Amino acid sequence: MILTVLHKTRYEFAAPVRGIIQSLRLTPAKCEGQRVLDWSIDVPGATMSTPFRDGAGDYLQTVSLRAACDNIEITVSGRVETFDTAGILRGHRERVPPRAYLRGTIRTEPNRAIQDLVADALKGHEDAADLDRAHRLAAAVSQALPYTPGATDAHTTAAEAITAGAGVCQDHAQVLISCAHLAGMPARYVSGYLNATEDSSPHEASHAWAELYLDGLGWVGFDAANQCCPNDQYIRLGSGLDAQDAAPIRGLVSGGSAESLDVSVEIAAQEQRQQQ
Amino acid sequence: MAEQYFNEMYDGQGLRAPYQMLEGWYQNMPAEIRAVKQAEAEGLFRRYGITFAVYGEGGDPDRLIPFDMFPRVFTSDEWRKLERGIKQRARALNAFLSDVYDRGEIIRAGRIPADLVYRNEAYEIAVAGFRPPLGIFSHIVGIDLVRTGADQFYVLEDNCRTPSGVSYMLENREVMMRMFPHLFQENRVAPVDGYARLLKRTLDSVAPEKCERDPKVVLLTPGHYNSAYYEHSFLADLMGIELVEGQDLFVEGDFCWMRTTEGPQKVDVIYRRIDDAFLDPLCFRPDSALGVPGLMNVYRSGGVTICSAPGAGVADDKAIYTYVPEMVRFYLGEAPILENVPTWQCAKPDELKYVQENIADLVIKEVHGSGGYGMLVGPKSDKATIETFAAKLAANPSNYIAQPTLALSTCPTFVEEGIAPRHVDLRPYCLVGRDIELVPGALTRVALTEGSLVVNSSQGGGVKDTWVIAEE
Repeated sequence: MILTVLHKTRYEFAAPVRGIIQSLRLTPAKCEGQRVLDWSIDVPGATMSTPFRDGAGDYLQTVSLRAACDNIEITVSGRVETFDTAGILRGHRERVPPRAYLRGTIRTEPNRAIQDLVADALKGHEDAADLDRAHRLAAAVSQALPYTPGATDAHTTAAEAITAGAGVCQDHAQVLISCAHLAGMPARYVSGYLNATEDSSPHEASHAWAELYLDGLGWVGFDAANQCCPNDQYIRLGSGLDAQDAAPIRGLVSGGSAESLDVSVEIAAQEQRQQQ
Repeated sequence: MAEQYFNEMYDGQGLRAPYQMLEGWYQNMPAEIRAVKQAEAEGLFRRYGITFAVYGEGGDPDRLIPFDMFPRVFTSDEWRKLERGIKQRARALNAFLSDVYDRGEIIRAGRIPADLVYRNEAYEIAVAGFRPPLGIFSHIVGIDLVRTGADQFYVLEDNCRTPSGVSYMLENREVMMRMFPHLFQENRVAPVDGYARLLKRTLDSVAPEKCERDPKVVLLTPGHYNSAYYEHSFLADLMGIELVEGQDLFVEGDFCWMRTTEGPQKVDVIYRRIDDAFLDPLCFRPDSALGVPGLMNVYRSGGVTICSAPGAGVADDKAIYTYVPEMVRFYLGEAPILENVPTWQCAKPDELKYVQENIADLVIKEVHGSGGYGMLVGPKSDKATIETFAAKLAANPSNYIAQPTLALSTCPTFVEEGIAPRHVDLRPYCLVGRDIELVPGALTRVALTEGSLVVNSSQGGGVKDTWVIAEE
């Protein structure tokens, strides 16, 4: 499948700021499940660094604007050919030892409710194969957190989400990571895009899911929000310990004033559009 | 009581060789002269501004570390062996760091447990797979040593991040030379003042490959509220480099730049005295105002060198410490010259059991603690203190390690009544760049309270000038 992406992020400042610097993780990963046909990141007026690949295999790029400005707009556009690998991450060159992803952060720290969730989900299956246990955990998370936009925000932790009993993809991913750690499986947060509709109309498509490191299979994606493993409708950008660590854009504004953020992400399957 | 500790000046037979030349000096010093000299020393330290900041305890936040005028002396033979051991250890620690951020051979070989390294908080995922210039992660290795016999030294801990205190090594000497110039005319004390030049040379030698000129080196400090701020400005001054704070630097494109009155100047090497977590809010703690946003991207794409390298702390963790002799054998194929203190890992059930049964005889420390806080010195603690600590230990065993109470050596120290033995430790500073260098000297810390084994300045310790007698 060929997916086209148009992702615009615009920050507007109430009063001009002195400068902006951002670290972008906005280039699709290089792996068997996806192949970049063309891709560009455009930030008018900004200085861009040469992109580099970090130890986790993510492409990172620094963008900075060192003059007074009242907005910054990042436009990402491109086409990616995707393949269904049943969620398995293959052919992805990375240097971080999987066991390093057993550590939690404040956002994935388990609480009692998450411990109980894991115990219930794995009851009688404690010694099952990793893949089986991972599916059980993903299903349990999906059930525990009905998809509810607005119930949580960007800073919600896994423990807070489980207490709220609702969430969005970010919460599903972080709670699943927390569960996986309790079950002794390395897990990480993945940022990307999802083409979620059957028809080819462009739509809101920023997405996140979790990857668990399974014995014999390596890294496998689990999208608890959609109760499936990532397939050819997904584009993988990069990973991290939690939503903040894996954020597609991490930035800092100097001389900050009130900011408003406007994000639009359109994704569409090109093949289908061509067929019509 | 005294015989149970090795006395560096008097052994069973009398005055030990390195101290013979000092006999006349201290014996002929009248008490009133001593008092005058002590006041003079304090005046000099105040004037040089050699203070460390203590906040939150009231009073003047800028404290002087008590200085004891009685020097600690090593013969060149004693020092030679120490030097070989220290350099060996610094090489092994760096080999370990470059291995665990690369293929992890020592873990694959089963010589160190994977989880101890990869699940360690100090292991930085952000730099996995990255090789810093020359493969060096820890450019200044501070190794804390204690002595228990004429030929017996133990390593207490390694400091691979940003060990502090070297300014005291330099200033203690400066003050001693000003106050007692004749001692240095009469004795061949090896000089330590080459340290700043060697440090600068070390930092120059690890400039990134992209740097095609004389490297621009800066010292990055968290600012004047930091307890070691004096040392930061002192070292920058001695090396002739800029002392900068995060806000003085910025990232643009592939490089890091310093704001100057003549416009931006590219920076090649940053000797940082701030912790990893604060280095770059775009990579680590987002609330850090001390670092330079974007710095880690420049670092990882080879535009700037950070000394010590982010992630170096995984080598000096107290749980990893146990394995340093193993690193020496594994990477260097040599027998360790310096010994570790036997250490029990409370994370291991067997060892925890031993520790709990013998708690009153042991020293118990937090794995991540420093500065002498959060530790229990069993033999020096009352029953209630031990019981409180035992409960903490039981609640979270893996947070602790235990060691036997070491019979720390003593050095003569000026006290009210004259001179008396006080316990000391030793921190030399090994420099690792293109070459491995160690100046013949170190920081000696002394526990000024009679019988005390805690030498930390935050716990009432003082410092001494440390001499190595040059060969004839």
